[in-house]
Amino acid sequence: MEYFTIIFSAIFVNNIVLSRFLGICPFLGVSTRVSTAAGMSGAVLFVMTLAAVVTYFIQKYLLIPCDIEYLQTIAFILVIATLVQTVEIVLKKVSPALYQALGIFLPLITTNCAILGVALLVIKNNYDLLQTVVFAAANALGFGLALILFAGIREQLDLYEIPASMKGAPIALITAGLMALAFMGFSGIV
Amino acid sequence: MNKIIKEFNKGIIKENPIFVLLLGMCPTLGVTGTAANGLGMGLATMAVLIGSNIVISILKRVIPAKVRIPAFIIIIASFVTVIDLSLNAYFPVLYEKLGIFIPLIVVNCLILGRAEGYASKNSLFMSIIDAAGMGCGFTIALTLLGSFREILGSGSFFSMQFVPEGSPTFLFFVLPGGAFIALGILIALFNKMQQLSRE
Repeated sequence: MEYFTIIFSAIFVNNIVLSRFLGICPFLGVSTRVSTAAGMSGAVLFVMTLAAVVTYFIQKYLLIPCDIEYLQTIAFILVIATLVQTVEIVLKKVSPALYQALGIFLPLITTNCAILGVALLVIKNNYDLLQTVVFAAANALGFGLALILFAGIREQLDLYEIPASMKGAPIALITAGLMALAFMGFSGIV
Repeated sequence: MNKIIKEFNKGIIKENPIFVLLLGMCPTLGVTGTAANGLGMGLATMAVLIGSNIVISILKRVIPAKVRIPAFIIIIASFVTVIDLSLNAYFPVLYEKLGIFIPLIVVNCLILGRAEGYASKNSLFMSIIDAAGMGCGFTIALTLLGSFREILGSGSFFSMQFVPEGSPTFLFFVLPGGAFIALGILIALFNKMQQLSRE
């Protein structure tokens, strides 16, 4: 039940994009086609879970014992940047097919604040290891859900006539606002 | 002198980080529930931006090209840690409000973008001007968005209440959905103004 609460809350109630405002750059940047949105979601699912677990260990076995928690930001961003590079190299060698699908999204993920954000939220919420994995994966699924739905709407939006000053970012933001409004319907459930 | 003014001004209007370049969207939407939070976030980001631009511009010949991005990230992360600790010590209320978005300044694409695109190629003095201009543009945009949301959403401006207690306001603009829509409206207005000034 406890895990169900974490999952439901991360995907619907406190959706990482629409309610916590993390990962807005890829949300606006790679949401013009459903296929690229799906690729990005896969890469985020993979890296976010891995990064949350690795930073959990860094915090627990390195930063706290050495009493250097104030170096958290520097340590985490370095670990995430290295991790993304490693994943890219390993994936290229081990599974070229998967690399083909996710490869171009991996460098973009380093500066995706959702990854660092989830790592920091895990520490803030005092989760244990299993909760960390569940929380990170659920947040990644929430990101994927929002991104793919949004890409679907934007594909349709391309077909309509829009005033010149509303084209591009403004109409995308207003669409995202309406989606956030729809997701607010879930609040109060958990 | 003209060049200095031009470099400073470009960050405010022509290449405004939020309205034109669309960089650093997460804090823009996340912490602009009130004008004061927007201003605080803008100033914190500007401090990091000026600091990192100074150091990167000084070290531009020392940092090897191949590892420049990790090096930039460490420099930025150090300044973010400084800001994080100072805000915690001197402005605890603002620190609570901004929360997770302070460490997240490190992944603000605006800062890495200026490091890579400007400070690593230009002189120290011009890098400071560039950072100050971009920082001002960012702060102005955040404060505008914060004011817009605070005035409509809670009927106050910098916490000064100007509608009677208990009267209805557009609470929607304080909620997450309102953040997206408010920013969408502001960018559309900015585009319209640019278009009119060109004609």
